[in-house]
Amino acid sequence: MATVKTLIYLVIYPGLLFLFLYSTFVEWYDRKLYARLQNRMGPRHTGRFGLLQPIADFFKLMSKEDIVPDRADRKMFSALPAVGLAIVFTAMLLLPVWNYSLDRPSVISFNGDLIVLLYLLSLPTFIFFLAGWSSTNLFSTIGGARVLTMLFGYEVPLFLAVLSPAVLANSWRLAEIAAFYRQRPALSLVNLLGFVIALICVQAKLERTPFDIPHAETEIVGGTFTEYSGKKLALFRLMMDAEMVVAAGLLATVFLGGFPGGALLGLVNFIIKTLVVIFFLSLIRATTSRIRVDQVVSFAWKYLAPLAILQLLIVILVKGLIS
Amino acid sequence: MKFQIPIGPQHPALKEPISLRMTVEGEIIRDADIRLGYNHRGLEKLAEQKTWIQNIYLTERICGICSHSHTTCYVQGVEKLMELEPPKRGLYIRTLVAELERVHSHLLWLGVAGHEAGFDSFFMYTWRDREIVMDILEIITGNRVHYGINTIGGVRRDLDEQQIKHILDSLSVLRQRSEYYKHLGTNEPSFVARLAGVGYLSREDAIALCAVGPTLRASGVPMDVRKDDPYAVYDEVPFEVCTAETGDVLGRTVVRIKELFQCYNIIEYLLKNLPSGPVAVRAPRRAKPNEVVSRYEAPRGENIHYIKSNGTDKPERLKVRAPTLGNYAATIKMLKNGFIADVPLIFAAIDPCICCAERAVSLVDARTGQEKIIVMNDLKRLSRRLSAGNIRKREAEWPL
Repeated sequence: MATVKTLIYLVIYPGLLFLFLYSTFVEWYDRKLYARLQNRMGPRHTGRFGLLQPIADFFKLMSKEDIVPDRADRKMFSALPAVGLAIVFTAMLLLPVWNYSLDRPSVISFNGDLIVLLYLLSLPTFIFFLAGWSSTNLFSTIGGARVLTMLFGYEVPLFLAVLSPAVLANSWRLAEIAAFYRQRPALSLVNLLGFVIALICVQAKLERTPFDIPHAETEIVGGTFTEYSGKKLALFRLMMDAEMVVAAGLLATVFLGGFPGGALLGLVNFIIKTLVVIFFLSLIRATTSRIRVDQVVSFAWKYLAPLAILQLLIVILVKGLIS
Repeated sequence: MKFQIPIGPQHPALKEPISLRMTVEGEIIRDADIRLGYNHRGLEKLAEQKTWIQNIYLTERICGICSHSHTTCYVQGVEKLMELEPPKRGLYIRTLVAELERVHSHLLWLGVAGHEAGFDSFFMYTWRDREIVMDILEIITGNRVHYGINTIGGVRRDLDEQQIKHILDSLSVLRQRSEYYKHLGTNEPSFVARLAGVGYLSREDAIALCAVGPTLRASGVPMDVRKDDPYAVYDEVPFEVCTAETGDVLGRTVVRIKELFQCYNIIEYLLKNLPSGPVAVRAPRRAKPNEVVSRYEAPRGENIHYIKSNGTDKPERLKVRAPTLGNYAATIKMLKNGFIADVPLIFAAIDPCICCAERAVSLVDARTGQEKIIVMNDLKRLSRRLSAGNIRKREAEWPL
């Protein structure tokens, strides 16, 4: 029974199949929302309300010609999209959706899985950098350099913002953090500032406006993805959508109380809470303009990092008060 | 480490082909170079083979945005050559279309600036409201892009009461929307952070490098052909020359938004004081031998046409100096020591229209650096010689 359960966990929910379908849905949701905020219609042709548009785009890209530049490192260039996708799909397995028990840590829910998840979410950034670097294209190289420059800006505030709820909950385990805030919902309000900071940092991590600097089309064409086409580009796009789901899931777990209620109710919880987070991400995307890479770094260190430390201080004070 | 990055001839930031070469150190531009000649169409030569009337429609096709500017500039020159006095009502309608064109051009530019700065919502909103002006233009002239309303000696279509009412109603909507863009363009923090201090051009440089239009006015020089050398009915219409003191892209945005409001005032004045009478006078077929320079304040800046007649029904020479060409020298100055990320914004801030500005192709020898002007027939001969040995591919192979 346990083997079947694990198999379902890996392949169907929340593993491969669910994540693939849900990330295409999330792309549709994001595109539709972005379009409506800009007074456009958004996708509406393929499927009902255009729901199948991202899947159609994915399969169309898969069937396109796949070109590897002559001067690129062929092995690395081809391996990166698959490796990146594998990393993001692995990260998804660590979210406490179902099939875990609070008392008994297991391989998918253990003390310290928060750190592992953050680590797995940092790796795609390096994948993007390597993708840009191994393409040897001038625009890709600049894009790759921008990816890393931005990383130095938002990574520390993100870690601080996500760790402060963990400090208050006195646990490094996602399932336990979520359970803690479910029991004392009022305490999640303490982390409001951290939630805002984490939202902004996740927006930067996902490279969406105002942080879409590494692939700013009006400046450096396709940026890191200039040389990617066909299957590899399709995998990269899927990877970015899946990364959005995982990042939204992480924020929902840490700040919004997780996904209680077993497999079915947990699924409903997961969908509602991630869509709320993604709604905010789309809102930021629609209402801002792209800033410069130096402005990202100074903004992150001048405002985000001090505010994240302030959040940590608040959490420590509150922790002292309630104990 | 210094390296060169090419922006163009084909690049997503550029809607038309031009080549900007940046020598960069990291993200900072140390040197810039502009290369022209990718969009030469031989319009001036063609103009010498067409009659005065046919040339109106040819000059209209110099540009898709300021099509009315080029025809008006040309027609004013020809009217001077033929010693014609267009009737007042005709001139009022001509000015009205010119100001509506300025509104649509500036709204278009605001959208482009938003897009170049990665602010796509701004782009979508301004372009949606630009449709209102396009609709007005279509109601007046029957066309959205090439209005075809000018003719030698006046305009081709009259206005009626219903149209005037429609324009005035739409104008109040546009005013309201422009107030919103004024607020957004100068207050949205991430947008202003991208515009302020970018592409600085001092007052002295702007004058020395012969910048024109909003680029010049944003550096604090109140120069506008409509005020300095009034044509059509601008000497009767009250309006102000809009300037800004900052000299950066934000200043150019502010100048254009201010001009939008001036345009609305001018349009309102023109419609309320429209004189009665005919809209055009009959023009002769020939012009006496003479030459004339015609100036016109296009949305992008000063537009100059030089026309020479030789007594026939065709011009002997037509020379067009579009405003974009006047701004290239200043652009190089603005680009230096900026960031790569700002190149599209700075370049877009002069509102470049490459097909307006391209007048001749000169070839540069890569080894010796010698320049020479080449004619079309030589180019054809050259390409035939080079491709003579090639085996022609009968059937391209399907990639899958």
